[in-house]
Amino acid sequence: MEKYSGFNLLKHALTGHRRWPRSWRSPEPKPRYDVVIIGGGGHGLATAYYLAKEQGITNVAVLEKGWLGGGNTGRNTAVSRSNYFYPESTRFFEHSLKRFETMGRDLNYNIMFSQVGLLNLAFSRHELEIFRRWATAIQVQGVDCQVMSRDEIAAAVPLLNMSPHARYRVYGGFMQRRGGISRHDAVAWAYARAADNLGVDIIQNCEVTGLEVGDGRIRGVKTSRGAIRTDKVGMAVAGHSTAVAAMAGIKLPIVSQCLQAMVSEPVKPCFDHVVMSPMVHCYVSQSDRGELVIGGGADTHPSYGQRGNLPTTEAVLNAVVEMYPTFSRLKLMRQWGGIVDIAPDSSPIVSKTPVTGFYISTGWGTGGYKAIPAGGETLAHTIAHDRPHPLVEPFSLDRFAQGRLVDEGAAAGVAH
Amino acid sequence: MIRIECPWCGPRSEAEFTCGGQSHIVRPADPAAVSDREWAQYLYQRDNPKGLHYERWRHTFGCRQWFNVARDTVTHEIRAVYRMTDLKPAPGGEGV
Amino acid sequence: MKRTAQRLPHARVDPGKTLRFRFDGRTYEGVAGDSLASALLANGVGVVGRSFKLHRPRGVFGCGKEEANALVQLESGGYSEPNARATLVPLYEGLEARGQNAWPNVRSDVFGALGVFKRLLPASFYYKTFMWPNWQRWEGLVRRLAGLGIAPTSADPQKYLKQNVHADVVVVGAGRSGLEAALATSRDPACRVLLIDEQEEPGGGLLASPAAADRSWLEEALREVAARDNITLLCRTTVNGYYDNNVLAALERLSNHHGPAAGGAVRERFWRIFAGRVVLATGAIERPLVFPNNDRPGIMLASAVREYCHRYGLTLGERIVFYTNNDSAWRTALELVDAGVPVVAIIDLRPAVESELRQRAREAGIALHLGTVVTDTRGRSGLRRLVLHRLAGPGDALEAPAGTLDCDVLAMSGGWTPTVHLYSQSGGLLAYRDSDACFVPERAHQAVTAVGRANGEFAAPLNLQPQWLTPGVSAEHQWVDFQYDVTASDIQLAARENFVSVEHVKRYTTNGMSVDQGKTSNVNGLGILALATGRPIPEVGTTRFRPPYHPTSLGAYAGIELGALYTPFQQLPAHAAHVAAGALFEDYGAWQRPACYPRPGEEEEAAMAREARAVRSAVGLLDYSPLGKLEVRGPDAREFLNRMYLNNIRTLEVGAARYGLMLNEAGIVIDDGVVVCLARDHFLLHTTSGGATTIHQHLEEWLQCEWTDLEVIVGNATTQWATLMLSGPKARAVLAQLDGDIDVSREAFGHMQYREGRLLGQPCRILRASFTGEVSFEISVPANCGLSLWEALMQAGEPHGIVPFGIETLMLLRTEKGYPHVGADTDGNTMPQDLGWGGAVANKPDDFVGRRSLSQPVGSDPGRFQFTGLELLEADARTVSGAHILTADGESTAGYVTSAFHSPNLNRTVALGIVADARDRQGEEVTVFYAGQRQRARLIKPGVYDPAGEALNG
Repeated sequence: MEKYSGFNLLKHALTGHRRWPRSWRSPEPKPRYDVVIIGGGGHGLATAYYLAKEQGITNVAVLEKGWLGGGNTGRNTAVSRSNYFYPESTRFFEHSLKRFETMGRDLNYNIMFSQVGLLNLAFSRHELEIFRRWATAIQVQGVDCQVMSRDEIAAAVPLLNMSPHARYRVYGGFMQRRGGISRHDAVAWAYARAADNLGVDIIQNCEVTGLEVGDGRIRGVKTSRGAIRTDKVGMAVAGHSTAVAAMAGIKLPIVSQCLQAMVSEPVKPCFDHVVMSPMVHCYVSQSDRGELVIGGGADTHPSYGQRGNLPTTEAVLNAVVEMYPTFSRLKLMRQWGGIVDIAPDSSPIVSKTPVTGFYISTGWGTGGYKAIPAGGETLAHTIAHDRPHPLVEPFSLDRFAQGRLVDEGAAAGVAH
Repeated sequence: MIRIECPWCGPRSEAEFTCGGQSHIVRPADPAAVSDREWAQYLYQRDNPKGLHYERWRHTFGCRQWFNVARDTVTHEIRAVYRMTDLKPAPGGEGV
Repeated sequence: MKRTAQRLPHARVDPGKTLRFRFDGRTYEGVAGDSLASALLANGVGVVGRSFKLHRPRGVFGCGKEEANALVQLESGGYSEPNARATLVPLYEGLEARGQNAWPNVRSDVFGALGVFKRLLPASFYYKTFMWPNWQRWEGLVRRLAGLGIAPTSADPQKYLKQNVHADVVVVGAGRSGLEAALATSRDPACRVLLIDEQEEPGGGLLASPAAADRSWLEEALREVAARDNITLLCRTTVNGYYDNNVLAALERLSNHHGPAAGGAVRERFWRIFAGRVVLATGAIERPLVFPNNDRPGIMLASAVREYCHRYGLTLGERIVFYTNNDSAWRTALELVDAGVPVVAIIDLRPAVESELRQRAREAGIALHLGTVVTDTRGRSGLRRLVLHRLAGPGDALEAPAGTLDCDVLAMSGGWTPTVHLYSQSGGLLAYRDSDACFVPERAHQAVTAVGRANGEFAAPLNLQPQWLTPGVSAEHQWVDFQYDVTASDIQLAARENFVSVEHVKRYTTNGMSVDQGKTSNVNGLGILALATGRPIPEVGTTRFRPPYHPTSLGAYAGIELGALYTPFQQLPAHAAHVAAGALFEDYGAWQRPACYPRPGEEEEAAMAREARAVRSAVGLLDYSPLGKLEVRGPDAREFLNRMYLNNIRTLEVGAARYGLMLNEAGIVIDDGVVVCLARDHFLLHTTSGGATTIHQHLEEWLQCEWTDLEVIVGNATTQWATLMLSGPKARAVLAQLDGDIDVSREAFGHMQYREGRLLGQPCRILRASFTGEVSFEISVPANCGLSLWEALMQAGEPHGIVPFGIETLMLLRTEKGYPHVGADTDGNTMPQDLGWGGAVANKPDDFVGRRSLSQPVGSDPGRFQFTGLELLEADARTVSGAHILTADGESTAGYVTSAFHSPNLNRTVALGIVADARDRQGEEVTVFYAGQRQRARLIKPGVYDPAGEALNG
């Protein structure tokens, strides 16, 4: 693997960049792998990378039915944070955030992780109380979190509607300074390049059409490019989890919905943080290109249409203009949708299943991107040892039968 | 955008309705008699199909009545609207 | 590029009416009918913008939505709009615009020097560097160089409206095909036709045609359109989105053509269009050719040169040269010559061109260079000279230099791209057509058809020979996406690094991701990728088109529902009295309620203390109207409520009231309140204020969806009744003074009883329940009598020292008393056993909603957070709701403070919380943690005020 560096960029400039090597190979599928990962998004690629890097399993294939990073990895708003409420959530996402902090150098790929700080806004006395509880929960976990007053918020977000006559007055908020944004495509490409370099076969345009299960064990995978024998399959297919798990005869407690994201035309820097306002529901950040990156709630019905519907677009932008009145004359440039798999408690499921050798990573809901490093690492560990990684023990598939849900919304009243 | 033909009010815009998720889920007749796993399945497990989905909707900003809808989750095309007490129409059958 | 004072006679502008405008600090004149772009061109302004990455000087290149270079900052202050396309801005008197992404201006931008480093900045160079010491060190610089215009910092003075419309047929585009479609479909008088066009006037491509026949056809068609009652014509309206079920979104520009002179007028209207059938007559966009330094000002689309000539009357240059690979540009060149425009040469990369065209061109005095390509362009701020080579054969290497050619405008045409954005958004499939090298509609998914050029139907054959990039010369300076500075070499680099999916290339190179969303760069990019990967274009595929077709103001999506209209205020029946009494209003759920009534100069806590003391010592009055009041009626009402409440409702007698807890099916406490049995088959349910709507819906869902056999109706009477809470030791004395027929004496009306009667001549309902710990009457009268009852009670209470008290004071009082508030002292995990209701569950013989979930393993887990009182051990210690209780090792959370106030009646902090296993740990000491501070506290029984309940029954 040719190292990426300023020096090498200069070197290749001398030859007109005509000698850069491929970022990854395009191998033909082999008849047998030790582990097959279904899904070439961030989670699948990270899982393959950590299998090779940390578990020493390199005879691994990642099967992607389209192009790698083309699912939710390439459709999200690229926010990373670990300001969760429950210790099990905070532990997991803090681990992930730390991986983000060093990913550029770990994988020798600038994923442009920019720790601009993530600010949550409270709009009522009750919300402020909940925010205090939430912020304290984060602090008890030893994670950075700063409660901010109205005045501090006004200084940090100059374009925010701080009018005392605003329909919903800002009461205060809290900031996780280490939270931030990165380049989502780069994360997928960075893991793909690093995994490929360790010998992982990344096979694009290869759709899984069936799973072979015998005596309660995984035997192999049927694909659009032929059958592959394997004893272990990891599933990381946000937006398709129900369908793929069904191939193994497993029903999941998952509902799929469409989550929209959108960007404005690029403008010069005017917005320094990621600002989330659960009450006037939208979140906004500004990319390095200058686009305002905007998200909001998911469409409210089950959906596999990767578009997003008009009423939700209108509602999200309504909230944006209410919160930031001067954005009214900025223009929406592009809007799209991704399908998110949501568990009843909106927490992930990284777990073994009743089928031996079949491991799943699903239920990432609207927050899968930030979980890519830790999700991949823990799924890789779970696959390699046939035993859940300690970080994901609370996120098992059978927690629902015990009623032991990990519902962030239940404690903090806020969605993931 | 979805346009829904409320059985009581006629065709209205999606914004007036609330989707209540999968319909035809049977509550165990004697909850005390089922296992924890069966109870969890009743509470949490959903079909979540790519395609025809039988779901219930409420006309929240209208008559506030619940009714069933057979809808394609990919195209968002509505194939049938029927009352809560009606039987599930067969996929591809008449009127579906 | 030359300055043109005179306009050609056949133009659609009014040269008699001049308009003054300013660009980059200089004053110019244009004429009525100009766009900003045509006016700039008329004044010979060559450089109007700078590119995104390399700050290359750029001139106007198109004439409409496809414009990638002429982006300007329009106006200033609240009217400021970044990234306005000069081609789409109708000129008005006093218009003020500035160039973008440049310092000090676009003519002489110091960042233009970046172009020298182009070699170092190939596609996605940033992924390969800036890692040491970390990206954030570099980011600030990169961010400042990126971006285009400047976001406004003043509020938008204008408004945006929304409107819904239904139409049987929607025709998008009022050019020839669109007009024909509208006239044909509207022959049926019952068919409502909506004809929409994005330009300032209808006519589409016809507006740029010099042919008399075209102009008279258009006039006739527009007369006919106007005459038909069933056609509605919307101009200045761009259809931007095509959604499921034939719903379209469109943006109508109502006052942009007046600029700031429009004042606070409505700026734009957002249309939601419900269409039966859609006809897309959206035309086609010309493609640039890709050759070295093809981004120099003066190099334009042939169609744009044509439109500036025939529509705006501009002769853009003194030596205009055409460069093409198809026949359409030839016809354009000939038209221009007819109009007296100096076209000196046509360069065509095809070795052979139809003889008639050649003949006519020669007759027009145009020099012809066939089988020739442009291999470089020269000039400082504008185009001066072309360098030519002869081609050996299609796509082959260069054969020989063919000299240079002086010119000041190059009109290029690389073919046409049908505008299929909306067709693609609708779910329709596209197919690649080799002969015209473009994607055309193939199979519709919804009720939509494409017609005319949008469907690839060109007026005359193009005889096109594709050339995706110029062979034989470096691809490094062959621009594909002008806006984001993507060159052919960037796409080749992507392919070399194995980014071969079209989506990968788009993301890796940013080709097509700029504000024009690839309107002129997508197909060229695909062609280059196909060449680089040795695949045919259909195999390469195309990226998905996303809404909006053209960028649309966020304000238009938001519409008018801002400020007070964002969520309507819900105000109390006695709101006016609260305003008069100086209430501090806050949002509680949907309601605006008084938190307390601070007197001038009084702090909030002091006001609450004063109010709380008055309630404990005399009497207070609270507007309690949001208290949920649901009526449940029917032969099966009792059975239904018995299934919905944890408590036994079967035994509730007529006239009696009982506290009840409601769970969801997962066993979580979702509401509490007093249930009153009005009659054998009629119940009144009180819910928490925040729960009125949701609990009503919860009941309805179970009734309508699960227990469809039960005969019960549920009504939400919350807002029909004003409810006032009269509370305090003098409450009875005050109420007794009012004219009413209910005996409120201690003997006649005990705690937890309910009466109906008349008060002040109005029907009333009185419940004796207490949330303060004092004798309380919750008095309900019809909502419109709320204000008069409020005033009557305040008057009657005056001798007793009555005060109005707010919701925060109520929270203080119930915290002193130790009453839990569901939603504050419970969370989404709280089960009844955590509140001490485990015994009630065990004793109830029947099933109820949520019961089964209580016996899942989680229900008996150790460490469940349970409701408790908290006593701070240090003197004068304070705490807040939101503080945590720590585990014994101090390392993690074992609960929270959920309610905490300074009690004026006890003169210390009173607090409630939910704490791990609190019910078995009463008396134990715990650590409270907040904002880095630790305090000692003891777990105690909730309710330190009047534990014996004497005040309650007093």
